[in-house]
Amino acid sequence: MSDLDAQTIAYARDTMLPPAPPPRREAGAVRWVRENLFSGPLNIILTLLALWLLWAALRDVLPWAFRGIWRADSVSECRTIRNELYGEGVSAACWGVIRSRWQQLVFGFYPSSELWRPPLALIVFLLAILPVLFANLPRRLLWLAPAAPFAIVWLLWGGPIWGPVAAALGFVLAWVVWKALASRGLLVAFLGALVVSVLYWAFLARPLAAALTSILPLGLTPVRSADFGGFTLSIVIGLSGISLSLPLGVLLALARRSEMFIISKIAVIYIEVIRGVPLIVWLLVAQVLLNYFLPRGTNFDILLRVIIMVTLFAAAYIAEVIRGGLAALPRGQYEAADALGLGYWQAMQLIVLPQALKISIPGIVNSFIGLFKDTTLVSIISLFDPMRMSSTIRATTEWGGIYWELYIFVAAVFFVFCFAMSRYSIWLEQRLERSHR
Amino acid sequence: MTIAAEPPRRAFRPGQLLYDTRYRGITIQVVALILLVALIAFLVRNLVVNLHALGKDFDFGFLGNRAGYDIGQTLIPYTNNDSHARAALVGILNTLLVAGLGCVTATVLGVLAGVLRLSKNWIVSRLMTVYVEAFRNVPLLLWIVLVYAVLSEATPAPTAFRGEDAEASKLFGLIAFTNRGTYIPSLVWGEGASTLGVVLVLSILAALVWRAFARRRQEATGQPLPVLWVSLALLVLPFALTFLLLGAPLTLDVPTIRETGIARFNGGINVLNSLVALWIALALYTGAFIAEIVRGGILAVSRGQSEAAFALGLRPGRTMRLVILPQALRVIIPPLISQYLNLTKNSSLAVAVGYADVRATLGGVTMNQTGRELESILLLGLFYLVVSLIISGVMNIYNRRIALKER
Repeated sequence: MSDLDAQTIAYARDTMLPPAPPPRREAGAVRWVRENLFSGPLNIILTLLALWLLWAALRDVLPWAFRGIWRADSVSECRTIRNELYGEGVSAACWGVIRSRWQQLVFGFYPSSELWRPPLALIVFLLAILPVLFANLPRRLLWLAPAAPFAIVWLLWGGPIWGPVAAALGFVLAWVVWKALASRGLLVAFLGALVVSVLYWAFLARPLAAALTSILPLGLTPVRSADFGGFTLSIVIGLSGISLSLPLGVLLALARRSEMFIISKIAVIYIEVIRGVPLIVWLLVAQVLLNYFLPRGTNFDILLRVIIMVTLFAAAYIAEVIRGGLAALPRGQYEAADALGLGYWQAMQLIVLPQALKISIPGIVNSFIGLFKDTTLVSIISLFDPMRMSSTIRATTEWGGIYWELYIFVAAVFFVFCFAMSRYSIWLEQRLERSHR
Repeated sequence: MTIAAEPPRRAFRPGQLLYDTRYRGITIQVVALILLVALIAFLVRNLVVNLHALGKDFDFGFLGNRAGYDIGQTLIPYTNNDSHARAALVGILNTLLVAGLGCVTATVLGVLAGVLRLSKNWIVSRLMTVYVEAFRNVPLLLWIVLVYAVLSEATPAPTAFRGEDAEASKLFGLIAFTNRGTYIPSLVWGEGASTLGVVLVLSILAALVWRAFARRRQEATGQPLPVLWVSLALLVLPFALTFLLLGAPLTLDVPTIRETGIARFNGGINVLNSLVALWIALALYTGAFIAEIVRGGILAVSRGQSEAAFALGLRPGRTMRLVILPQALRVIIPPLISQYLNLTKNSSLAVAVGYADVRATLGGVTMNQTGRELESILLLGLFYLVVSLIISGVMNIYNRRIALKER
């Protein structure tokens, strides 16, 4: 052993080598580039292809966008400025169209003096919905939610304040009757509340609103639905469709999974028929066909008809998403609820739906994004959504022939909204995931 | 003396219909049915009253009348003297054409983008992320109009193809992209072309038989036979031989520009820009969704599977083909079906660029000309419903076959 020791020691170094930096090509940016961009022949080809694609796409677009002219009131003015700045024939964007037609693109034909109302309505909506979206906000904010729809309708369409107030009173009345009769059985309470509120809306609400208006004429300038346009229209249709279709979708999903034969078949037929036919055709139905099916002489607002149609349409899609969530829930959960002696609605409300909805959040948000994007289809039945608004602007003498600037603006706004929604869904998914463990 | 008494048999009381869970279900269903029937009766009554008041009836006879309008792009012969029914058929075929083209292209794009998004190559995966997010978050209608604008604004006019040193040139000398539509070569069937078709069908059959034989032999003996090369040879060689023997019976009619007079292309097929725009936009849009589905499907296969395949000595290509893809497909197929359905339904946006699909003929011009809104929309809805049900039915059968292989 000692021999071996002596031999090894003879070769041993008695000083530490100073730490050497890794080889040049194995460190820092060079290494990253080698590993991520040029690791093999296929990757080299792909990288070069991607770079070429980027260059081809951006070579003309970027200079065009950055040369863009913001301060101009017509295409011809744009051209004059461009010729002064860059010379004839140089391509330059004319962003001036967005600056000068900003109001139409965002608000449509909403009266200029009332432009504060749509944003305020949006803020009210967000305030009402925030405590639902973010669970760490104080729960007391939830009390805003029931009042919000009335406030939003009043802000958007205007008119005397007493109309929405009188309508809201019907719900208060129903709630009071429900509470008073609750001890006599759920069904009695439900029927009582239904009858009282329907009678109130049918006979009392209108005279009451009229009387209150004559006593205290408080109100906003009424705005016609035809004046809604641009992104205001998209957001009004989108958000009302979203908030109305969710409860309807939940009910449809429950009905489809119900053990009652007739109920589940009705739900199946409804869902499949709605999903089998494109939204455009349904919008066509709302535009030209709905009047055939309503009592003679009824002719209500096209915007309202579109909102109803969009809601009915989205509900079918959301029902399918939620059905997936309900199916993914382990059977034990249903059985445990039964074992605890919970009734159907109690089991659904306390045990099944909270979990099923949690599972289906990504799908629900995807349907919402789809619904919001689909609001552009109303341009085909001649409502002035951003797409139609841009063609209208293009048809004016000042802005004839402006294509890309308007499309890019509309696309960018939609992208911001939809991207935000999808990020929110990812965030929510991760947060709920953690709370499981 | 028995302690256990018979359960009390009380007479049926009406209250049980509400409070006894044995009967409540029936009550609810009966009430729902009554409400539904009442609703339908209400709607139908209104319909009858309204139609009567407007002096209209419910009659599909208008389909036989002369349509009287022209359609730019038709797959079957059609003139404005044909009936509304034929115009509707032209529209239906146009819808199916763009849907079929779109589905194939979208699948290719989507699989490519989905796989590349998982690539280790940073630039490529970022580029694919940008593509997917851009198309998923911007309305389809906008993409269709945008692609249409690109096609009609950024492509040369037919005059640019004139002369010896023309400004614009045809792609591969065959395809001309102009702002008046894309001109593609057409196939001309010469003498004996049908023999060629027979030969092609026979070689396809032979390739399939060879494939089945090779598989059976591999299962029996473990000896693999070359499938790809033999199939390719079976497909190409007989076809090429007959082609040469018969003296080239199949020729391409390449579009050529007229050098004088109105700038038009002679020969070939003119594919309207509306069709191309719709096709490209639908394919790119749906491709972005399919990319996400493919990515999710591949990620759903656990890492251990590919590691096990590598441990068995399979090369990456075979690992993908034999291990990962079959398992990923099970996750991918169901949402893929619904994407195909979505694409078919989205093709109704054709109206934005003036492509004559069924929505534009039956649900557009025909409806406006005849004033038969009810009948037209009913037929239109029925068509889409039938297509949806057929696609989802076929795909469900396929899906069941794939799913059966599960334990």
